[in-house]
Amino acid sequence: MQRKEIIAMLLAGGEGRRLGALTKHLAKPAVPFGGKYRIIDFTLSNCSNSGIDTVGVLTQYQPLILNSYLGIGTSWDLDRANGGVTVLPPYVQQKGGNWYKGTANAITQNIYYIERYNPQYVLVISGDHIYKMDYDKMLQEHKKRGAEATIALIEVPWEEASRFGVMNVDERDRITQFEEKPKNPKTNLASMGIYIFNWDVLKSYLLRDEENPYSSNDFGKDIIPRMLQEERDLYAHRFQGYWKDVGTIESLWEANMDLLEAFPTLNLHDNEWRIYSVNPNQPPQYIAPHATVKQSLVNEGCMVFGHVEHSVLFYGVHVGEQAVVQDSIIMPNVRIGQNVKIYKSIVAEGTVIGDNCVIGVEGENAPITLIGEDSFIPANARIKN
Amino acid sequence: MKNVIGVINLGKPHSMLNDLTRNRSIASVPFGGRYRLIDFTLSNMANTGISKVAVFTLNKSRSLMDHLGSGKEWQLDRKIGGLFILPPAIDFPTQQYRGDLQNFHGHIDYFNRSKEEYVIVCRSHMVCNLNYKEALQFHMDSEADITLLYNSIDPDTIDLSNCYQLDIDSHRRVRGMSGDTQTGNVYMETFIINKSLLVEMIEHCVEQEQYDLTEDLIAQHIDKFSVHAFQHKGHLSIINCTASYYEQSMRLLNPDVWKELFFQPGLVYTKIKDEPPAKYIETADVHNSLIANGCIVQGNVENSILFRGVKVAKGAKIRNSIIMQECEIGEDAVVENMILDKEVCIKRGQSLVGNAAEPIVINKRSII
Repeated sequence: MQRKEIIAMLLAGGEGRRLGALTKHLAKPAVPFGGKYRIIDFTLSNCSNSGIDTVGVLTQYQPLILNSYLGIGTSWDLDRANGGVTVLPPYVQQKGGNWYKGTANAITQNIYYIERYNPQYVLVISGDHIYKMDYDKMLQEHKKRGAEATIALIEVPWEEASRFGVMNVDERDRITQFEEKPKNPKTNLASMGIYIFNWDVLKSYLLRDEENPYSSNDFGKDIIPRMLQEERDLYAHRFQGYWKDVGTIESLWEANMDLLEAFPTLNLHDNEWRIYSVNPNQPPQYIAPHATVKQSLVNEGCMVFGHVEHSVLFYGVHVGEQAVVQDSIIMPNVRIGQNVKIYKSIVAEGTVIGDNCVIGVEGENAPITLIGEDSFIPANARIKN
Repeated sequence: MKNVIGVINLGKPHSMLNDLTRNRSIASVPFGGRYRLIDFTLSNMANTGISKVAVFTLNKSRSLMDHLGSGKEWQLDRKIGGLFILPPAIDFPTQQYRGDLQNFHGHIDYFNRSKEEYVIVCRSHMVCNLNYKEALQFHMDSEADITLLYNSIDPDTIDLSNCYQLDIDSHRRVRGMSGDTQTGNVYMETFIINKSLLVEMIEHCVEQEQYDLTEDLIAQHIDKFSVHAFQHKGHLSIINCTASYYEQSMRLLNPDVWKELFFQPGLVYTKIKDEPPAKYIETADVHNSLIANGCIVQGNVENSILFRGVKVAKGAKIRNSIIMQECEIGEDAVVENMILDKEVCIKRGQSLVGNAAEPIVINKRSII
């Protein structure tokens, strides 16, 4: 196997329990996002656009859809003869096998995969986040500083800092302190869960961590604190731009709505940094004579006869005459009957909504209503959260 | 469909589209908001399960070759078979191009090296969504030498000049084909033939210095062979001049035609551009239109087709027009009854108003 300077390990095993009905049959990274994508498209496209051509995708929960979606990585230009995408689920060995116990353990269990490429650096990322980032810039910084590990950090509002793992850095951006979800944060620099390690250093920490029966085998809780304790060279890579963990229904909804601004921070219409996804081969959308569509993202294959405002429509959605869709996310192949009203809702794939239904509650502070996939909602029904 | 190979014959000059084919072959003329004409034929082959297809090209092939690539969008990147792009095999400058049969003859090895028994030959200016399975079954069951595919069209509704119309008897045998008799049975320039017969006839025609596939190989031999007709009952768009291109494009704004052409019986595949979903800004006002991905719409669009990546600024008005890929329509500009080729830029406040009966084409990359 040809040696690689850097390979990526993409943690895609998230169960996404807080996404409720959306993750009943889906791993969190496979949850649809932005009218066209699945969450994992962002990190895979980042890898592809950053020139990283070897990506191990660590899967665990509900892998079926995710695995078939990934295929051999063709959609992200990652179908490579040497490298490319490799799906790495937990497996059984002669001495038995284990579920991935934690983020670090998932890497430890795949040391054999990593060593096949004998890389100098390993990029560890998570398939749960929405952002565009050039990992190559981070790598160059890592090399220039002679770091042993580099962690990407983003400034978050002070009032939210206690939800994150936050870092203290010195004047050279060397990381001096790490606190996981502190009650009284001393800094608002949050870890984005993006790490570059020198492989030899990481490997020794992984092996030691594995021998510690009290460890939770987690990067944020175990590996990074231990490295700091032993005063290894950990540096911060400061990131500016859009970054969002879409782990809850609220944050998923918000991140979708963020895209509807006239000039969103996360620009999808960026030819220099395209986000790739698996193409469903649908025709251009049809907007009927009496339809209106405003402040929305609409994907191919949709037919809109009604009114769509401030919403995201995935492919193949049918909006019936006189229907109103407002502040909502409508996932692929949903059929919305005539005169239906949908307010502030997330409607999962394949749902059929009969005529005259009212879904969700109008108003800025209304709660989000979630309709699970392949639901059938009979005519005239009223559903709210 | 293991026993069939496909040929897409682009070897017949087709200059009727003028401006739209100035720098491209008719096969790569953009159509339907995100496709090129050849996508429909190729997708029909792919959906039939044909895994070996040759495209006989003539000239101006750059955009076509770029579009086809390895053929993977049509599942034609195969170890065995797959996509063959075959330009004319003639000796420059001593030999002249004399007709599409010369292409078939020059690439006779494509046929000789194939084990398959049947060949489907078609062109790319007849747009439809069809699965050849039924036609092939008909061909085999009727033990025909050649089966011609046709579509019944009321001659009063569409200009059928430049089309062959078939004279078919009650046993579905073709008794004649010509451009004059109005039977309404429009030959789709698609036929199925036994490969051995095709090879034999190519050799025969070329020996007689006959080089026109339809005229010399088929029309001349209607009495000699058993030539049968198979009717395709779905939607058919015939693109043979700028006016018909415009008219057939506008028919896609009928939801029934949209559903049929793009979904039944199979999907239509094309080169993927990874454009984000279309974005509608607060001031967007869109009615009765087809909008492709990558568009950003702030203005007013009515009865129009926007291809991928078109930007319509605030206050702009687009009516009864076809706007191709990556065009930009500036603030308060007016575009009516127009066909804008790719990457045209209409500056702020400009007004371009054409005539619906004779739509005007604005050349690629014009700035107005």
